[in-house]
Amino acid sequence: MRNPFEGPPLHSPSFVDALRAYAPELLEPPTTAGAAPEVPHATTVAAVRYADGVVMGGDRRSTEGMTIAQRDIEKVFPADDFSAVAIAGAAGPAIEMVRLFQTELEHYEKIEGFPLSLEGKANKLGQMVRGNLGLAMQGLVVVPLFAGYDERRRTGRIFRYDVTGGRWEDADFHATGSGARDARGSLKKRYRHDMDGTSAVDALMEALYDAAEEDAATGGPDLVRGIFPVVATVTDQGYRRLPDNELRKAAERIVDARARGEG
Amino acid sequence: MPFGYVPVEQRTKEMADYARKGIARGRPLVVLEYDGGIVFVADNPSTHLHKIAELYDRIAFAAVGRFSEFENLRQAGVRLADIRGYSYGREDVTSRSIANAYSQTLGQIFIQEFKPYEVELCVAEVGADGAPNALYHIVFDGTVLEREGYLAMGGQSEELNAELQRGYEQGMGLDAALRLAVRALRQAAPEDEAGPRREVAVLERNRARRSFRRLTQEDVASRTAEPTP
Repeated sequence: MRNPFEGPPLHSPSFVDALRAYAPELLEPPTTAGAAPEVPHATTVAAVRYADGVVMGGDRRSTEGMTIAQRDIEKVFPADDFSAVAIAGAAGPAIEMVRLFQTELEHYEKIEGFPLSLEGKANKLGQMVRGNLGLAMQGLVVVPLFAGYDERRRTGRIFRYDVTGGRWEDADFHATGSGARDARGSLKKRYRHDMDGTSAVDALMEALYDAAEEDAATGGPDLVRGIFPVVATVTDQGYRRLPDNELRKAAERIVDARARGEG
Repeated sequence: MPFGYVPVEQRTKEMADYARKGIARGRPLVVLEYDGGIVFVADNPSTHLHKIAELYDRIAFAAVGRFSEFENLRQAGVRLADIRGYSYGREDVTSRSIANAYSQTLGQIFIQEFKPYEVELCVAEVGADGAPNALYHIVFDGTVLEREGYLAMGGQSEELNAELQRGYEQGMGLDAALRLAVRALRQAAPEDEAGPRREVAVLERNRARRSFRRLTQEDVASRTAEPTP
C-alpha cells in the first residue's frame, strides 16, 4: 500500500479509484487458468416494492455441489442507510463485492459531503459486477440484486443485474439465484400494486418458501433451530432488518396454511 | 559561507511566524468533550466548505486555516482510513495512526516546501465501551499535542483557551458544552451584522457505527438559548 499523503492529490470521490492508485493489490483478482474449483454458492434472494419503499430477503442456505455448505449464511446487507444489496452466486467473491460496494458508497459520501443518488449507486454496482466478468467466465458468477429508497423521487426502486454488469430496473419485484424462477412465480400471483409493509413481507416470505420447496439449493425456514430468512425493509426511515420473532410468526403462518392444505 | 545562506534557526523561525500569522487571521474553532461524546463548533460563513468532517466510524477531522490546504489533507485522511479499514478491519482504523500521518506530512512540508501549510488540525476519536476519548491537536510544523477536555484553534486561540478553561467542567452535557463554546466564540470574535453562521457537529458515543452527525442551525439555536427563569 502506498501512502495517500504522498504524490499528486487524487481528484476522485471513488474508493475504487483510491485503491487503484494506492493499493492496487487489493483490487485485482488473481488470474488463474481453467475452471475454478467447487466453492460455496449462495442462492435465492428477492425484493418487492411496496407503498413505503422496498422489502428484500434471502434464504440462509449455501451449497457446494450436492452438499449444504452453510445453513445460516446471510445474503442481504445494508449498502448504506437508504439501500440494500442481496447476493446470489459464488459466495466468496460476492461477499467481497458487497464490502467493496459498501465502502465505495461511504467513501463517496465522506469525500463529497453528500451521498450518491440511488441511480448512481445502482450504476456503480453494475461496474463492479462487470469487473468480476473474468472470474465469472471461470464459473465464479456473482449476480446481485439492489434495492433502495430514492429520496428524490420518494419511492422504492429495485435493480437487477446480469453477469456482464448490465442493469435493469424492475417496477414491482424481482428474484435472482437458483430458486428465483419459483420465487418469481409465487410473487407474480401475490403481488399487488401499493401493498402495505406486512403484506409485502408475507409475500416475500412465501416466495422464498415456494423456492425452497422446489429448489434443492434454497433453504426453507428452520423452525427447530430458529433460522429464518434475512429480511430487511428500506423506507424513508432508512434500512431496517426485521427481528427473528416477526419472521418466525410469518413463517408459522405459512406452515399452518400449508398444513391446512392451502397454498 | 555561500551567498544567500540562511541559518536554519532563522529560516525555521520565519516559516513558523509566517504560518502563525496566516492561521491567526482565520476564524476560530473549538472542540469540547461532553458526557455523551465530542462536540465541534466553528465560525464558518460558508454552507458548502466544511471545516469539520467525518473520517471514520468514531473519528472526526476539524481544521482551521487555508481551505485548499486542509481539504487536501482531509481527503487523504479519508482515503487512508477507508483503505486501512477495507484491507484490515474496521476496528484497526485509529485516530492515533491518522494523527501520525498528518504529523509526518505537515512536518515534511514545513521542512521541504517553499512555504509551510497555514493550517492547524484536530483529529478526535470518541471512545467505545467506556474507553476514553482521544483529542490530537496537530500544528503547522507537524507537532502533535494530546489534549484533554477542550481545545481551540485559529484566530484568538489563546483568549478562547482561557475562556474554555474558566468554563469547562468534566462530564458537562451537550447543551452546556455548546453554550460555553458559543459564548467563548462570541467574546473572541465580534459577530457580523447578519449574525454568525456556525458549523456544528458531534461524535456521539452511543451510536452503533458511524457516530458523526451534523447539527442544524436551528438545533444549535434551541440548545444554546438561555433557559427562561
